[in-house]
This record gives sequence, C-alpha cells and structure tokens, in this order.
Amino acid sequence: MSSLPPGIPAAIAPPRAGTLQRLARRRSTLAFLMTLPLIALIGSLVIYPFFYALYLSMLNKRMTKFVGIDNFTFLLGRETFQMVIWQSVIFAVGAVVAKAIIGFVLAHVLHALPDKGQRKWRGMLLVPWVIPPAISTLAWWWLFDPSYSAFNWALAGIGAGPVPWLGEANWARFAVILVNVWYGAPFFMIMYLAALKSVPDQLYEASAIDGATGLQKLRYVTLPMMRNIISITVLFSLIVTFANFDIVRILTNGGPQDSTHVFGTYAFQVGIQSGDIPLGAAVSLFMFPMLAVFAIFILRGVSRRSKEMAG
Amino acid sequence: MSGATVAQPADSAPIYHKAGSLRRERRRALIGAYIALAVFVVFFLTPPFHMLMTSLKSSAEIADLSGNPWIVSRPTLENYWALLSQGSYLTHFVNSVMVTVCVVAITMVISTFAAFALARMRFWGSTALATGVFLTYLVPETLLFIPLFQTIGGLGMYNNLWAMVLLYPTLTVPFCTWIMIGYFSSIPKELDEAALIDGANHFQMLWKIFIPVALPGILAATIFAFTVSWAQFLYPLAFLVSSDQMVLTVGIISDLIRGDTFQWGMIMAGALMAALPPLLVYAFLMDYYIAGLTAGATKG
Repeated sequence: MSSLPPGIPAAIAPPRAGTLQRLARRRSTLAFLMTLPLIALIGSLVIYPFFYALYLSMLNKRMTKFVGIDNFTFLLGRETFQMVIWQSVIFAVGAVVAKAIIGFVLAHVLHALPDKGQRKWRGMLLVPWVIPPAISTLAWWWLFDPSYSAFNWALAGIGAGPVPWLGEANWARFAVILVNVWYGAPFFMIMYLAALKSVPDQLYEASAIDGATGLQKLRYVTLPMMRNIISITVLFSLIVTFANFDIVRILTNGGPQDSTHVFGTYAFQVGIQSGDIPLGAAVSLFMFPMLAVFAIFILRGVSRRSKEMAG
Repeated sequence: MSGATVAQPADSAPIYHKAGSLRRERRRALIGAYIALAVFVVFFLTPPFHMLMTSLKSSAEIADLSGNPWIVSRPTLENYWALLSQGSYLTHFVNSVMVTVCVVAITMVISTFAAFALARMRFWGSTALATGVFLTYLVPETLLFIPLFQTIGGLGMYNNLWAMVLLYPTLTVPFCTWIMIGYFSSIPKELDEAALIDGANHFQMLWKIFIPVALPGILAATIFAFTVSWAQFLYPLAFLVSSDQMVLTVGIISDLIRGDTFQWGMIMAGALMAALPPLLVYAFLMDYYIAGLTAGATKG
C-alpha cells in the first residue's frame, strides 16, 4: 500500500492480509461473472455444436444407427466429393493469391499519393468490401446472365464471341474466383496500407543514402517489415475464403455439374437440401483440420507481433 | 520528401545527372499510380454501377436485347415504387433492422463486460480465455450450421426470426471482444488507480473511464457487429423459410425469383436499397472502423 498518497488516514487504507485476499477473491468472482455471458455463448453455440457435429457425422442417414467413420470414408470415395476438395483448394488459393497481389499493389499506389487525395480514392476502392457479398453477388449474377450478360454485350462490341460465364465448368470456376477477388481485395488493401504507414520513414531514408533502388527498398525494407502482417492477413483470408458460402451459392449453386462446389455449399446441398444431416455434418467437418492448422499459425503470428511491440 | 532532398543537388552539379531524373521518375510513377487506381476503381465499381442502371430500367427496356445494357435510356423509379408499395420487401427490411439492432446491442453488452474483465482483472484462466475468444473468431459459420440446424429445430425455433438474434452473436462477439481487449489494455493503469482512490467500484470504472476513453474502439466494434449481422446469409437461408420471417439477404432472392422468371429490375433495386445502410455507415464512420480493424494487425 506504499503507493497510497501520504495524506490518507490509516483508517481508510485497507488492512493488509485477510481483507486484501478476500478483495482479490471478490475481484476474480466479479471478473468471472462479467465473462460468464461470453463463456455461455461460446460454450453453448460454438463448442457444443462442434461436438454435436462430430456425433451427428457418425450416424446413418435416418439418424437411427451409429456407423463410425463410414460417412467420411464414403465421402472420400465419391468422385463428386474429391472434386469438391480440389475446387475448394483451387478457389481458396487462387482467390487469396490474387487478392494479396492486388491488395499489395493498391496499398503501395495509395501510399504514394498525397494525403489529400488518398481518402477519396480509398473510399471508392472500399466499396466492394462494404456491400454485403450476398447482395453484390446478385449484381455479378446479372452481369453473367447467359442471354443478357452486359459483359458479353461489351465483348461483342470488340468482336469477341459470347463467354459462357456460368455455363461452362472452367469459366464458372473463374467467375466465382473473380467475384471473390473483387469482394476481398479491398480488405488486403487496407491491411497493407496500415502496415505500410507503420514502417518508419527513417528506414527508407537510410536505404536511400545507401543507394538502394526502389526494388531493393521493397525487398529489404518493406517486405521484412510487413512480413508478419502479410502472413496473418493471408492466413486469415485463406480461412474465410476456404469456408466461403455466399458467393458460390448465389452465383452457381455449385453448378455446372457440381464443378464449383466448395465445402460450405456442398454441405448445404447434402445436409439441408437433400436432408442427409449426418453426411452434411461430415462434409463440414472435413474443413476442420485445415482451418485448425491455419488458425495455429495465425495465433503464432499474432502473439509474436505483440511480443515485438512489447519488447 | 526524400526524393526532393536527393534531387536538389542535381540542379547545381552535372555529376548528379541521374539524380536529376528522379523528379521526373517520381512524376511518372505518380501518373502510373493514377492509371492503376483508375483501372481498379472501374473494376470495383462496375457491378454497383450496373446495378443502379438496371434498377432504373423498366422491364421492357431490360428485356430489349437491342439496347445498351450499360446505360438507361428512359429512367424510371417504378421498380423502387413496386418494392416499397407491394410485396414483402418492407417486411424484410424491417426484419433486418430488428435483428441487426438486437444483435448489435447484445454483442456490445456481452463483449464490453468480457473485454473489461479480460483486459484488467486477471483471474484463473483469463489468458487462455482470451486466446479462446480469438480462436472462436476464426470458426466460420459453414463449419457449424448443420448441428445448429438440429439444435434450433430442437428448440422449436426453426423458421423463427429470433433464432437469428440467438445465433448471430457467435459471429460478432468474439471479434468485438478481441478488439476491445486491445483498446482497454492500452488505457494507462494510472487511470484505474485514480478512480479506485476516488472510491469508484468496477462498474463505475468501466462506465466512467473505460467506455469514454475507448470510444473509438467501441465504435469500431459496433460497426463490425452491424456489418456482420446485416450481411449474414447462410443462417437465414438455412433456418428461415416463410417470407414474413425472412431478412433482406435471403428475402430478395426468394421473393423476386419465381421459377424461371427473374424480375431483374426489382432485384437490383432491392439489392441497392439493401446495400445502402452499410454504405452510409461506412461513408461517415470509415476511419474509425479501419483504425479499429488495423489496430489489431499493426499493434498486436
């Protein structure tokens, strides 16, 4: 209690051992009560459903019999599901790489602008990320419409034939990635922009004195300084993109011939629309190992970052 | 700035000829920057622009294949009028507002208390809980919607709007708690001590010191909760079936697409009006939100 100002009378200053301990106990009880709603929410609507999903995935279709890992082996043997796995990987990796590159370029370009213009451009570039994807995908769907496609109209203007945007497997795969990139690139842009702004100017000045070219500055100053944020953003986006639902569901609903299904949409089709709850739960759970690995790496990056800032 | 200092001696000494081109180089880089920006702005704004154009067209003009799809020749507000005067678009809008307001309120209460306790009152397992909160944020809704479908059915809340109010907080609370832990931790301990000396209890401390000081963080968390609840699509699609219970994201599709007939003009008008609240929120509060989002990445 030495931190108390000397003017405080001894009677007001709390007596030491016994009461202090009780106070600490009361403080921690209060803290526990304050976190109780959070714990209840996570426990009942995240952790419990997860174990319930594990249980469900081991039942037969009518949920009357325990079948062990049969659902999982059945899925792995199915050609459609193998395609879903591949498409999810292609979709996530393709979209995240494109988003990261576009975001990086845009962040650099914005950073080079004078401060006054930056806000206006940044505002316009954030629009795709602000509109709910379930809403903006409707606009893309309309742009890709087989007979009224405004893109095909423009292509016809320069003499190119109509593109079957959503009708042909590879074009449809491209289309869902394109829309995801459109939606997600602004997020990378603002994350990288914030990171760029946090790189001290002195580092660039020092490297300029040492005669570094622009490319060398990027390679030896910007990238090392931003490495952690780049990896956190990429991993985070991999999780979100991998688990995407809205865009694929609205744009193609998995078609043509299931070629654009990702885990989320396939689980929805199998579990909710076809009514095979256990099999749908199994499809979703296939995402878990990959998500867990990404999450561990993100956590490592975040805690390393906080240690750097503290140290 | 550094370019200017390097370029200065170039005017006087011819030996620095290469440096003299630096200014021109910068100029060219800036022009390149504007071209790149323009290209991406066009790419990013094409869908919303086309959305607006289509929403202003009559059904006849949309169906007319000889016209230019990118511009509207006879603008009309009939799609907007039709949506607002008949059908259940307004119901969906009200439902969306109701769910979002409730979810934002619940989220902010739960996460403010939790973040305060986790940031300031060390207790058994508090660090593990903070980590757990962050991990929960990384759990996507596609992982758990099937068991939740069963649970919601078991609770008798299938096709009930209030099930959304129950479920959305799982998507909003973890991240809101996480960013508020960050903001609360950055408040100097001296402030708490001063409050304690003045005889404040923990609730007064939270209400009179933490909330006012961390207001930017709280605003960022509120915007996040709003964005997520307004945009959520999977849960309403899986758990709501009748039109009077639906929210905007699913209502537009289910009401305006009947079999093979797509009322594109009305779909686009409805989508545009549904996108308007988030657009407005961001137009005014973008800086707070971005500061809140990126603080997590740049500070810890």
